[in-house]
Amino acid sequence: MQHRGLIICLVVCALLSACGTGSGSTSGVAASAYIQNIGSDTIVNLALAWAERYQQEHPDMRISVSGGGSGTGIAALINGTVDIANASRQIKPEEVKTAEENGIEPQEYVIARDAIAVIVYPGNPVNQLTLEQVSKIYRGKINNWQELGGDNRPIVRLSRETNSGTHVYFLESVIRLGDKENKAIFSADTLLLPSSEGIIAEVSENPNAIGYDGLGYVTKTIKVLALAKDPAGSYVKPSVETVNNNSYPISRDLYMYTGKNPSAAVQAYLEWIMGAEAQEIVSALGFVPIIR
Amino acid sequence: MKAETVKNEGLITLLIRVSGYSSVFFVALILFFLIREGLPALGDVSLSSLFGTRWYPIEGYFGVLPLIIGSLIVTIGAMLIALPFGVGTAVFLSEVSPLWVKSVLKPVIEILAGLPSVVLGFLGIQLAAPFFRRFLELPTGLTAFTGAVLLGFISIPTIVSIAEDALNSVPSSFRQGSLALGATHWQTIWRVTVPAARSGILTAVMLGVGRAIGETMAVMMVTGNAPVLPHGLDALFLPVRTMTATIASEMGEVATGSPHYHVLFFIGIILFILSLAINIVASSIALQSRTRAERLLS
Repeated sequence: MQHRGLIICLVVCALLSACGTGSGSTSGVAASAYIQNIGSDTIVNLALAWAERYQQEHPDMRISVSGGGSGTGIAALINGTVDIANASRQIKPEEVKTAEENGIEPQEYVIARDAIAVIVYPGNPVNQLTLEQVSKIYRGKINNWQELGGDNRPIVRLSRETNSGTHVYFLESVIRLGDKENKAIFSADTLLLPSSEGIIAEVSENPNAIGYDGLGYVTKTIKVLALAKDPAGSYVKPSVETVNNNSYPISRDLYMYTGKNPSAAVQAYLEWIMGAEAQEIVSALGFVPIIR
Repeated sequence: MKAETVKNEGLITLLIRVSGYSSVFFVALILFFLIREGLPALGDVSLSSLFGTRWYPIEGYFGVLPLIIGSLIVTIGAMLIALPFGVGTAVFLSEVSPLWVKSVLKPVIEILAGLPSVVLGFLGIQLAAPFFRRFLELPTGLTAFTGAVLLGFISIPTIVSIAEDALNSVPSSFRQGSLALGATHWQTIWRVTVPAARSGILTAVMLGVGRAIGETMAVMMVTGNAPVLPHGLDALFLPVRTMTATIASEMGEVATGSPHYHVLFFIGIILFILSLAINIVASSIALQSRTRAERLLS
């Protein structure tokens, strides 16, 4: 009986404290504007950092950010369920067409730049590859690290899922080497992992693996390869400098999309994102700021 | 007074009837929606490419064969693991273990059944996959085998819990009769108790299969999701892509009404047919063995 009393007391205490913190965080000024922001997993950490800082400065704003992939964000924009869609690839003409059929005219904003880093296990002796070699690896033409001057190990190819803008960009610019007529696709045994973190985790512990990820996700537990556009060219590692002087061969713009006439709150937010303060956060997170 | 009771009872019966019919109605609606959204896939994509060997939907390759086989490999693998462990544990709990062991183990197993599969998937990606890669010297640990082991773990609690109930409901007179005839404890278990509970155990196994084939999150995290068409038995130790993982990871991006959207629903129909077949087999086996038992007893 005494025990039961104690337990009830504990439960009540726990509930009370939970309520306390709960009401604490929701109190304050009521939100006057609400922005829904969905899309690219490459951008999601950046978008979250922006949203946090912006809400600190504008306590009346509520911005909710979630990932899911560029395709997911653009699909939400087309269906009219989101204010801002994040995308790490440009919107496709057929997506613009479906959006217009739904009465939505997508507006494009370049909000930052990013480089795609090709990554391997830290102990892998291979240091540099040409884009042609990376393409052959992912098309299943090169299957052993020995062919690239590495150890006698099978190559395990890692990629993001097909709803990822990084996947589509990699397909077009690396596997097809930017050739629009080229219809080559990923080798069927490419592992399609649901998250960027999943790729980093597998590459950092599997000596056979090769993967690619946005520069913002690169950690110290993996090795970034230097890439060259052709065998005669110089091999360049991705960094803010090499992206800005265009010497790194696979870098891209990151986008936000809104409907035709975004609300004043959304416009103000986008303007702030283009400003110096927000672009400082861009470099802090490992992406490349846009040059004004 | 009496009239009021009758009226109340009428009301309660009506409520129960409505809730019963409505659940049937909802299932019928789900089926209707699934067919309405899935069947147009047959018009969008030709049959030969629909049952082709390459799945890469963003370029118009809609071959579902690698996905079906991927699901089957993982599910069969999971059952090879879960069946002996699950039934063995159920027999141990119901026939062999002392009461205090049972009173500890049974609730623990039932808690395991409630463990979210995403948690198991996380353990799989962090611990099981690297371990299998080193231990079995595989190119990568993200394989059908890792998925099968996790799914085995997920379906074991279901199998144990239902099979144990089935064993418990075998009348103790069966066991006493067998022992009185001079059979050992072991002989009694394998020749009398387990066969008598056979239909219940089969139901348990079939529910376990259903749990395994429909599982999504854990499988998506550890099987590598590569839509490869397997060539031999070593496919168990290579990455696969299952139907559920495909639907889960791609449904968010598709434009409503596109061929890709219809094909994903078509995969849903295939999954539905598979689990329907499993259920029909299970219930017909259960029915068969019941009539056999009735014949024996009469």
